[in-house]
Amino acid sequence: MSIAIEADELVKVFKGGIRAVDGLSLEVEAGTVFGLLGPNGAGKTTVVRILTTVFLPDSGKASVLGHDVVTDAEAVRANIGLAGQFAAVDENLTGLENLRMIGQLTRLGRKSAIERAAELLELFELADAAKRIAKTYSGGMRRRLDLAAALLHKPAVLFLDEPTSGLDPYSRQALWGVIEELVNEGTTVLLTTQYLEEADRLAKVLAVVDHGKVIAHGTPGELKATLGSTVIDLEMANNDAASRVSQLLVEKTGKQARLVGASVELPLEHGPSQVRELLEMMEAADLMPHRLNLREPSLDDVFLTLTGHMAEEPQEGVSK
Amino acid sequence: MTTTVITHSEMAVQRGLSRFISDMLVVTERNIIALVRIPQSLFFSSVQPIMFVLLFRYVFGGAIKVPGHSYVDFLMPGIFLQTVAFGSIGTAIGLAEDLQKGFIERFRSLPMARSAVLAGRTTADLIRNVGVLILITVVGVLVGFRIHAGIPAFICGLLLILLFAYALSWGFSIIGLLAPNTETAQVMSFPLLFPLTFASSAFVPVQSMPGWLQAFANNQPFSILVDAMRALSNGGPTSGYVIKSLIWSIGLLIVLAPVAARKFRKSL
Ligand SMILES: Nc1ncnc2c1ncn2[C@@H]1O[C@H](COP(=O)(O)OP(=O)(O)OP(=O)(O)O)[C@@H](O)[C@H]1O
Ligand SMILES: [Mg+2]
Repeated sequence: MSIAIEADELVKVFKGGIRAVDGLSLEVEAGTVFGLLGPNGAGKTTVVRILTTVFLPDSGKASVLGHDVVTDAEAVRANIGLAGQFAAVDENLTGLENLRMIGQLTRLGRKSAIERAAELLELFELADAAKRIAKTYSGGMRRRLDLAAALLHKPAVLFLDEPTSGLDPYSRQALWGVIEELVNEGTTVLLTTQYLEEADRLAKVLAVVDHGKVIAHGTPGELKATLGSTVIDLEMANNDAASRVSQLLVEKTGKQARLVGASVELPLEHGPSQVRELLEMMEAADLMPHRLNLREPSLDDVFLTLTGHMAEEPQEGVSK
Repeated sequence: MTTTVITHSEMAVQRGLSRFISDMLVVTERNIIALVRIPQSLFFSSVQPIMFVLLFRYVFGGAIKVPGHSYVDFLMPGIFLQTVAFGSIGTAIGLAEDLQKGFIERFRSLPMARSAVLAGRTTADLIRNVGVLILITVVGVLVGFRIHAGIPAFICGLLLILLFAYALSWGFSIIGLLAPNTETAQVMSFPLLFPLTFASSAFVPVQSMPGWLQAFANNQPFSILVDAMRALSNGGPTSGYVIKSLIWSIGLLIVLAPVAARKFRKSL
């Protein structure tokens, strides 16, 4: 297996001492999709920016196709495509002009840039809007135009930062298809996403990032397996009962249950055999659930169990 | 679709000056298209200077006494400079917007000449200034402005102003890179431009100002450029002003362009 993207102990500290990336390492096998997951502010975008030579890391090393992102940035840029988190579309240009310009700047030459732009506009179902100024595009159309811009020079490595945010389910499915096709043809893709379904479907390997570090790593199956085979969902009479149950569960199992309104979720390490024990415990405490459901763990469970929070700022480092 | 891996040696062939120029032209074209398509920028670069011409010519002009020629002949060189100076706010706003909208991020991930981003922006502004100066000259002539020193001298004067404006564009691109958003870029630009434009010889004779202000007004670059343009348009001794104007323009360019380039590399 050959490695297309490699990062070793990357660190990026912003003004004010925010350690956005804090010793992050990863390896992406060529010709596969690698997914970066993590709550808001985890440092995903910053990692993508370092790997695409937009930012310089403060320390650590990274390379793309063997080219160092700091010392050999030119060679990296020639071989990558980037669709950033916020669509970088020039509102005053038409869709075709946008792509033609990026094509020329990726050294395609005006004529082949226009040809390639037309191909991509077709692929992303923007052909009808090709001659319209991008100001008149909907959010999803801009997003698609931005993705097309990342593909102009058929890059061997593609970085997609939340590529399907703002896309309707139909466009999302279509994009997944495009990504799968690119990967079949040998492209390596690193994507960040908030949609765990997307990660589950596309990514061969996932890394969960929090506070600028990789806190878990593996195939979607491996990550789910870490939670055991079963998750129990309990629906309680009210929020108060739910919080008392979750407290009880922490005391008895040592595991943090997830509390959402009146419902409580807990991964069961020992599978369904644990259910009776839990029920007896709840009965003794006079806290029987209204409804009970057993299911397989999802990536959402992995994500929430690992990060334990949805949106949180990273810790402030020691400022100089 | 198959992927192509571009090797080192192929890159080297593409590198260098030709790449810089072709990238700069692409960025310039993009900025010119935007200039023409954004109604506000068309307004600020054309309608606003015309309004200033009319305002000073017909509203304030009657009350301002100038030595020698008619007020409109005195005024137009000042309007030329004011127009390009105010136009350079557009450089700051445009760059701030590119940063804000993630455009600079995309540019940085492309195998393009990085310096082409600023060079393309300032070149587009230079081209806009050429168009606007021609427009203002025509409007000036319509309201009574006459060239007394001959067309060649007048054109040399405009070229001097264009060179100075080009240097200003680099300066204002620093503001664009410092500002967190377009509004701030605008707010940061005005306190710089107002004193330089109005405490100058652009609209009134410096002798009519209080003494302490005269010291500033006489020696600041806007006055020197206006005086050079005035001499090259209305006649009179020119070489002193012209040389000083060239020194200011080239000096500013030599200082400001590298600062802007460094700031660009460090932005984001
Ligand atoms: N240019 C910057 N200057 C200062 N701080 C920054 C900058 N960019 C990001 N940060 C900070 O670094 C941290 C990581 O940000 P980053 O954008 O990488 O997170 P993310 O994982 O992509 O989040 P999201 O899911 O919200 O996109 C955040 O605390 C953010 O505020
Ligand atoms: Mg992000």
